[in-house]
Amino acid sequence: MQQGKFIERVLFLLALSSISSLALITIFIFIEGAPLIYFAGLKNFLASSHWAPTKGHFGILAMIVSSLLVTLGAMVIGVPLGLSCAIVLAEFSPRRLKLILKPTLELLAGIPSVVYGFLGVVWLVPLIRNYLGGPGLSLLAAAIILGIMILPTIISISIDALGAVPDLYRDGSLALGATQWQTVRRVVLPAASSGIITAVILGMGRAVGETMAVIMVAGNALKMPTSVLDPVRTLTSNIALELGYAAGRHREGLFATGIVLFVIIMILNLSATLVTRRR
Amino acid sequence: MVVCLLGLLILAGGLGCKSGSGGSAAHAVCIAGSTSVQPFAEKLSEIFMHQHPEIRVDVQGGGSSAGIQAATQGAANLGASSRELLGPEKQLIEIPIAYDGIAVIVHPSNPLTDLSVEQIRQIFVGELTNWRELGLPPREIDAINREEGSGTREAFEHLVMGQAEVSPAAMVQDSNGSVREIVAGDPNSIGYISAGLVDDRVKAVTIEGILPTPENIKNHTYKLRRRFLLVSREAVAGSCKAFVDFILSPQGQQILEKEGLVGIK
Repeated sequence: MQQGKFIERVLFLLALSSISSLALITIFIFIEGAPLIYFAGLKNFLASSHWAPTKGHFGILAMIVSSLLVTLGAMVIGVPLGLSCAIVLAEFSPRRLKLILKPTLELLAGIPSVVYGFLGVVWLVPLIRNYLGGPGLSLLAAAIILGIMILPTIISISIDALGAVPDLYRDGSLALGATQWQTVRRVVLPAASSGIITAVILGMGRAVGETMAVIMVAGNALKMPTSVLDPVRTLTSNIALELGYAAGRHREGLFATGIVLFVIIMILNLSATLVTRRR
Repeated sequence: MVVCLLGLLILAGGLGCKSGSGGSAAHAVCIAGSTSVQPFAEKLSEIFMHQHPEIRVDVQGGGSSAGIQAATQGAANLGASSRELLGPEKQLIEIPIAYDGIAVIVHPSNPLTDLSVEQIRQIFVGELTNWRELGLPPREIDAINREEGSGTREAFEHLVMGQAEVSPAAMVQDSNGSVREIVAGDPNSIGYISAGLVDDRVKAVTIEGILPTPENIKNHTYKLRRRFLLVSREAVAGSCKAFVDFILSPQGQQILEKEGLVGIK
């Protein structure tokens, strides 16, 4: 019994250490970034698009908009694909096919993002440049690559959500004379909706936070985008691009960018928690 | 016993003085400054420290101005600068170690062969946005810039842009290599990289008729050229001098040329 208590303590300490490191990271980001927001003024920081940190301009509006647009684009591509894939795998495919396909899809999540980025530069960017125009490195390229990258997250969480719907529901619906598709659409999907929304929100979190692949295919221009073929810079790319040489106010500016990113991701995660809890 | 120890101490002290120039920091050389010089200085210091294990060379970044300031105040033994000294900074002793040319590159299929500094400025400011305006087939110009804080960008702004800011519509890549990669793939693009890194997948244009060859960079005819300097408050001595001598030796210069710079000698 004493041993049990001891192990409990150790586990508690370990759990505490992971939480406290998270807290430390948060505090550190805010300590490093907040002075800059104070220095530049919250309004100049969030409502201006003029980013020239070595000349004293710290506006990140274009980057916030770009981050949101890239994420939205990734959702438009990734959600229908991922959701239909999950529905087929969970409801319509024979067990054996599912046994092969699901691990394959999960393998997709293990591919490093730099590989996605590289594929994007070599294959997708020239396609966009040749057939749609513009420099190729663009909002569209980033959205497509991210749309593919979030598929595993969306598919596997959605499959679990669909699998959690009791078979009683399906049997009842089929017994009432509904076809299999009607059963999925009217009964299974609504019953699994909170799980599916969680999948979408977690996919969105992944898309907002992705950096490497986006730097490689998005072009990183500072301008406010006016078309999907324009090169854009997201919040994450801004930090990763400039961190190497940044010092003083410039470095603080990058941490302040991190604060904005942190807040956006917090909002996404909180809404995911709220949605699942409502179930 | 005590006498023995004392003797040892004195002996050690004596040895220390013999190999250094006196003072406790004789064995450590601290270089701070330009982020353009930093990778080369690191490479040199690595090889130098291998040959002289008793000397430690610390290389730090921070930018040319910070490096010059550190050297002025004595915070660093040597300041590294990729720009010329201005005004009161000229009191410092400057040791040129290499030249670096900045090549303006386009896709090999681009018929463009020559640009003036003014035309490059107009392209990067965003006044020229179509190749048509330069008498070429009508295509949008995709200008590629470097990230804020990069030494190459700092030099480009100094040599070409003057007071003007690069257009926010320009794309940004975070290394010479990725600028080259994008230009090699995009027929409408234009970018700038260190002259030593131009290869046959991209085409370096002539600037007012002059190609960025090592000879043209060395004899000052190529305009987009900068010197890499080490600066110090007083005449270099001891370990510091050993390191500077190593950089200026045929071996040091050869290392720099292998890394894409043009030697000063």
